[in-house]
Amino acid sequence: MSERQTILEVKDLQTSFFTDDGVIPSVDHIDFHVREGEILGIVGESGCGKSVTSLSIMGLVPSPPGKITSGQILFEGKDLTKFSEKEMRKVRGNDVAMIFQEPMTSLNPLFTIGNQLLEAITLHKKDWNKKKAKARAIEMLKLVGLPRAEELMNDYPHQLSGGMRQRVMIAMALVCDPKLLIADEPTTALDVTIQAQILKLMRELNERLNTAVILITHDLGVVAETCERVVVMYAGKVVEEGTVDTIFNNPQHPYTKGLIASVPDMRYKKQRLYSIPGSVPKPGSIKQGCRFAARCEFVVGRCTEENPPLYETAEGHKTRCFLYDEKEVLQDDRAAVKS
Amino acid sequence: MTEPLLKVEGLKKYFPIRTGMLGKHTGNVKAVDDISFFVNEGETLGIVGESGCGKSTTGRMLMRLLEPTEGKVTFNGKELTSISNDEMRKARREIQMVFQDPYASLNPRHTIEKILMEPLIVHNIGDPKSRKKKVHDFLEIVGLSSYHAKRYPHQFSGGQRQRIGIARALMTNPKLIIADEPVSALDVSIQAQVLNLMQDLQKELKLTYIFIAHDLGVVRHISDRVGVMYLGRMVELATSESMYAEPLHPYTKALLSAVPVPDPEFKREQIILEGDIPSPSNPPSGCTFHTRCPFKMDICVKDVPQLQEAKTGHFVACHLYNEQLQH
Repeated sequence: MSERQTILEVKDLQTSFFTDDGVIPSVDHIDFHVREGEILGIVGESGCGKSVTSLSIMGLVPSPPGKITSGQILFEGKDLTKFSEKEMRKVRGNDVAMIFQEPMTSLNPLFTIGNQLLEAITLHKKDWNKKKAKARAIEMLKLVGLPRAEELMNDYPHQLSGGMRQRVMIAMALVCDPKLLIADEPTTALDVTIQAQILKLMRELNERLNTAVILITHDLGVVAETCERVVVMYAGKVVEEGTVDTIFNNPQHPYTKGLIASVPDMRYKKQRLYSIPGSVPKPGSIKQGCRFAARCEFVVGRCTEENPPLYETAEGHKTRCFLYDEKEVLQDDRAAVKS
Repeated sequence: MTEPLLKVEGLKKYFPIRTGMLGKHTGNVKAVDDISFFVNEGETLGIVGESGCGKSTTGRMLMRLLEPTEGKVTFNGKELTSISNDEMRKARREIQMVFQDPYASLNPRHTIEKILMEPLIVHNIGDPKSRKKKVHDFLEIVGLSSYHAKRYPHQFSGGQRQRIGIARALMTNPKLIIADEPVSALDVSIQAQVLNLMQDLQKELKLTYIFIAHDLGVVRHISDRVGVMYLGRMVELATSESMYAEPLHPYTKALLSAVPVPDPEFKREQIILEGDIPSPSNPPSGCTFHTRCPFKMDICVKDVPQLQEAKTGHFVACHLYNEQLQH
């Protein structure tokens, strides 16, 4: 597995928003990478910075007030943060594509599906003639499992259902064979049966086209069923990273543990759900120490003073928690966390 | 057997479709089409279904926030569908509602105290002093503090706002609470807090809940019995154990298998339904699910299946179980 090449590497990325209340880092020095052909999940609750991360990669952070204040985003070795707007435009849609949560608002209601698909093709494939572009558009619509693709080219977005619109969005994103697809909550607005269709489609396309996918979601079930590796974010920081199996079977960070325990499981009835006390801190409100300290059951004095680094506890499994600082932690404390 | 707290018989809601300048009545959107169920005192009935299945419309009709087209709702021995609006307003003291969006359901210009006191004023309960005390008591009960009373809704987080929504519903000491997607706008960790609170309150105050949601995991967790709706009809109704262990209706089976489970090692046969939910303005003939059903038979296109008891306490509306029932 390790021979697979890394196609995207996010290094020490910080994206801040310059507001009247001061500079607020929404994404605060995060590191992660995506390898060829893998599906990486980024999970977290609202305000944890998962969407800002994806917008930063795409160079779509609204500026002002947002700005990438430090770090690098290396896509195939080239730093995207150094790219000009013109250069970025070539990357977007061609190398890296994105699909959004609301298929309703991300399609232009005034243009036909065909028109919008062709726009993406003609922008990036300047040497293609009309006929070739149209054939490609129809081919993509068929690929994402839409019936009567030819007629659909002349339909307007309002004539399609939510699930069909999301399929069109996926077709549009994949039209130029991107190497990386960023999907920001692609199924949140859809019903369960439609969500199952779209997730299945994304897994199939990932296998067939070998497109790497970053799947951003708040739904742990979606992550467990779709992703290979997971990054858990909390209040702008990566708190845990590992393969799907390790994250769900052996979660280490107290936040990850709490999050998994709070999901009601459909398969059996728990007497009572575990719940993490308190609520997510306002971005920028915690200046010092671990951001989860105020809600953590295992908090020690050090947690409120220092910011814990990411400890590598096993190969490919990283946790941002002092409990995993080998030297300092007493054995019985560790046992308490494990139980 | 004692009378159930709430009994619903043949409830229907048709929204007329009007076209043209004169508003000619050209058809109906059958949002809820002939459903019947009952709720016993102290239990939680979950109603699940996908968007447009009529679950919210049902909830609103029970409180007569929407007038039913047809059907009977009996609450505590009193028929709600035949009383005057004035009497209905009084009856709402016993039936309260918690809404999905904690942003939209609290008036942004009123303090929490004013919001919580309003039901008491409307129903003429207590005097100003005792009302104030009750507001403070209930804030504590839902896990907030009495000093929150002077604040405005925007000063609270989503989870806290939902707690306020629950407190408001509890102010008049209702028997029945209709909760329409009360946790779907909340984050996972906050969702668990609110679900636990609702369960605690149920025990303490002996409440009866109708819990409307689309999240099957949440519904299983909180409900004693569950009803599954599809295109305005109730297709299956059973205890939550029976429903989740052995779903009978093909739609319920597909629905349950489509829910992502947070366990990467959990393997199962997923039934992925083809196509989308048909439009309720022009629903398919016979069983409305036949357009997507993997077990479709000839009879399904012609006859509407009735909800019948396939096992003790387990009702299903599907022709597949006709034979079994005749024996």
